[in-house]
Amino acid sequence: MTLTLDSACELHPDVALRPEPFGALAYHYGNRRLIFLKHPDVVAVVRDAANHRSLREVLVENGIAESRWPSFISALTSLAQSEVIRVH
Amino acid sequence: MSTSSLAAQMKQGLDAPICLTWELTYACNLQCVHCLSSSGTRDPRELTTEQAKAVLDELRDLQVFYINIGGGEPMVRRDFFELLEHAEHCNIGVKFSTNGAFITPENARRLAAMNYLDIQISLDGANRATNDRVRGEGSYDIALRAMDNLRDASFGRFKISVVMTRENVSQLDEFKALADSYGAQLRITRLRPAGRGADTWNELHPTAAQQRVIYDWLMHHGEDVLTGDSFFHLNAFGDALPGLNLCGAGRVVCLIDPLGDVYACPFVIHDEFKAGSVLEDGGFTHVWKSSDLFTSLREPESPGACASCGSYDACQGGCMAAKFFTGLPLDGPDPECVSGHGEHALSSAGAAPRPSMDHSKPVRLTVKARRSPVLVTHHSGGSPS
Repeated sequence: MTLTLDSACELHPDVALRPEPFGALAYHYGNRRLIFLKHPDVVAVVRDAANHRSLREVLVENGIAESRWPSFISALTSLAQSEVIRVH
Repeated sequence: MSTSSLAAQMKQGLDAPICLTWELTYACNLQCVHCLSSSGTRDPRELTTEQAKAVLDELRDLQVFYINIGGGEPMVRRDFFELLEHAEHCNIGVKFSTNGAFITPENARRLAAMNYLDIQISLDGANRATNDRVRGEGSYDIALRAMDNLRDASFGRFKISVVMTRENVSQLDEFKALADSYGAQLRITRLRPAGRGADTWNELHPTAAQQRVIYDWLMHHGEDVLTGDSFFHLNAFGDALPGLNLCGAGRVVCLIDPLGDVYACPFVIHDEFKAGSVLEDGGFTHVWKSSDLFTSLREPESPGACASCGSYDACQGGCMAAKFFTGLPLDGPDPECVSGHGEHALSSAGAAPRPSMDHSKPVRLTVKARRSPVLVTHHSGGSPS
């Protein structure tokens, strides 16, 4: 699955986030995987995703510079593959 | 952020442990010769049900997502299922290690009905003879019966947990085949000279050639085989094994013992690595966040005698517990250093510290050698020192 700026996402309901100095730990209660979110900005975007109709909107609302969007889409795609977030 | 800087962050400690081991009791029906916690008999000071539940509540508030429960044999506790249910209620996943003696068909069905639960059956030989020499007579059959019962109850993918010894490294493929035949996942971990393992490490720890076999085998099998990140000292052979590859003691890992005492990791049940108790004011949270020991373990470490070795970044100087219980300085090579520095250091090491507590049953244990019997002696009986 590859996400785009038009994808609408949300935190997976089986996932809990725990804030840490480097970002956050995500734990998936279904597949019991622990995943590291390695930047506080990624954590903010993941937490806020469900409140918006597209990832573009989430990135804008969270003040992420456009030059960083490709790396965010790539990081979020990887999080979707790990089922930390899902398309809604 | 790169993986290496993530590791650097980990070394400074997390807000709560990722991997917390909780030994529920020192009581055990077996007397394995390498038991990390020198278990055998229950300690009258062990946490009550209410105290244990209060710890689970605290771990829930800290967002500790899952815990590893062990012992002793944790299923010996009469409140075992009550505590499992409380953990489930707290949304804390549990992985528990057991020798399987109490996984009856009925208990297997009960376990299969629970959420957030993983089971690890300990097995240290791919055949009866190899296993029972270390874990005691009958223990192989006990483990396999438990595995049959879990399979028949459709528990799902449980784990088979193997401590690698000189006698079973050659059986790695057999362990994998056994796990596959049950639809189980294989987990292999490193033998530590802790607890009764301090008495048997010399004769049981893998040879230098076997260390290489373990490394190559793990590289070949990748993330399909779990290791608890316990073989990072082998990274000096070449590419890094999967995992965090650092000593997590007091940083991302800790141990709560049956009395509620908190230690830096499951392999250092010794006063020198005791950070505090869950029963003190402030509870576990205070110990994790503020204890002097954990604070010092999160400070940058010195490579010491390993500074001039080109492999230090890969192996991180190895395992603190392995060094401590073999009498080696903590800022020097691991006793199983793959470059041989450990063997050299061992030849001039001082006296190894004795474990602070021993709950072994008051019997003499023997490792039944194929050639000649080797005695494993115990100095104290069931009374804790």
